[in-house]
Amino acid sequence: MKPRSSGSVIRLAAPLRALAQRFSFLLLVLASVALMMVGKIESVSVDSARARVTDAFAPILDAISRPAATAARVVESAVELENAFDENQRLKAENARLLQWRQAALRLEAENNSLRSLLRVRPEPSVNYIAARVIATPGSSFVRTLVVTAGRRDGVRKGQAALAGAGLVGRVIEVGEWSSRVLLLTDINARIPVILSNTRQRSILAGDNSDQAKLLYLPPDSPIQVGERVVTSGDGGLFPPGLPVGVVTAVSERGIRVLPSADLSRVEYLRLVDFGLPSTDLDPSPDSK
Amino acid sequence: MTATFWQKVDKTGRNLAPFAVTVMMVLVGMIPVPVPGYAPVAPNLTLVSVYYWTIHRPDLMRPGVAFLIGLLQDFLVGGPLGVNALLLVVAQWAVLNQRRVFLASTFALLWFGFTLVMAGAVLLQWLAFSVLDAAALSILPALFQGLLTVAVFPAVGWLLIRVHRAFLNG
Repeated sequence: MKPRSSGSVIRLAAPLRALAQRFSFLLLVLASVALMMVGKIESVSVDSARARVTDAFAPILDAISRPAATAARVVESAVELENAFDENQRLKAENARLLQWRQAALRLEAENNSLRSLLRVRPEPSVNYIAARVIATPGSSFVRTLVVTAGRRDGVRKGQAALAGAGLVGRVIEVGEWSSRVLLLTDINARIPVILSNTRQRSILAGDNSDQAKLLYLPPDSPIQVGERVVTSGDGGLFPPGLPVGVVTAVSERGIRVLPSADLSRVEYLRLVDFGLPSTDLDPSPDSK
Repeated sequence: MTATFWQKVDKTGRNLAPFAVTVMMVLVGMIPVPVPGYAPVAPNLTLVSVYYWTIHRPDLMRPGVAFLIGLLQDFLVGGPLGVNALLLVVAQWAVLNQRRVFLASTFALLWFGFTLVMAGAVLLQWLAFSVLDAAALSILPALFQGLLTVAVFPAVGWLLIRVHRAFLNG
């Protein structure tokens, strides 16, 4: 009696286990889909959970990203050594040109200062920079973010602008204790208020997951030309005005494309701009992204 | 008594190897490499690892484990939650159903099988992101990521075989 029943249990157990397995698959698929919806609705708590997880893994990411950075630097310095002479010549020429520009800048600054004192212009709030190292990229085709080694305790706040080298890189979207995440301006969710330097046309720079971003909400007959510089407008009070963003590279009926001044694919260190605005109580509504 | 206790600890540790290795793959896949245009097409090492362990040790790479790893990846990557979790669960399920075919086959066929899984993953990922972003995204970066992943599959597979032999065959 007993052996037979245990035999039937075994016979029963196999399909049961298969059923459980299939069921767990369905359950997990449903859980994933539910998570996607939760992420859409409860983005604030998801962000804070994400910041905690990123914080927890930041030390490991920091450690394993160092050898890669060192290797890259070795390769780069070998290449640089090869064309050191040409580079030197080029830099000498550039230096001569920049010295002239420096004279111009000094003269303009003096003039600006005297005019400001005449007009009693209120000075812009002072700007502090927080330097941070990039320790992770998403490794995904549809997300453009960076994780950096500076967090709340370093003074990073949500919404701060991130700069690297020649220009704007993106915006802080999530702050942990010692790490934070920067949404690159080429991400499909990035929207940055900008102004075109020559035409003084205001616009919104929107990413679309390609290497270039596009300008939105421009009047159809705006006289924009290729090569025009794009800077932040400071609208909305998130970013200081006048941060360099990029250069217009194409004007067509399909839209106006802007190439970011900073090389987004090889950012190693970046500066977060502490603009001195109370950005801590920013409403993180989805349309501010 | 102590011997059996330590044996248990040892066995548990060894059994954690697939999970630990896959988590490591998640992290290694996120290393910033200063090559122009690399980040969007960085190979999906996590999928390689899940594929390998599902074929060779399905008892240690269960759907729940795949889900957890996917969730971790979602958290770290910064994209919408649930996408990678879904991807890995579906991949694990698909590979498990065809496991016998893969187990008996040569490396070339294993590679081919992974190409199919990767193709499915590319499509699923593209679909999920397009729906979540409510926009028709370009599938090209994902396609290149898929090609790159298929290209690095032998190297990563070799590494996983070494880990497998070192921790789980003894």
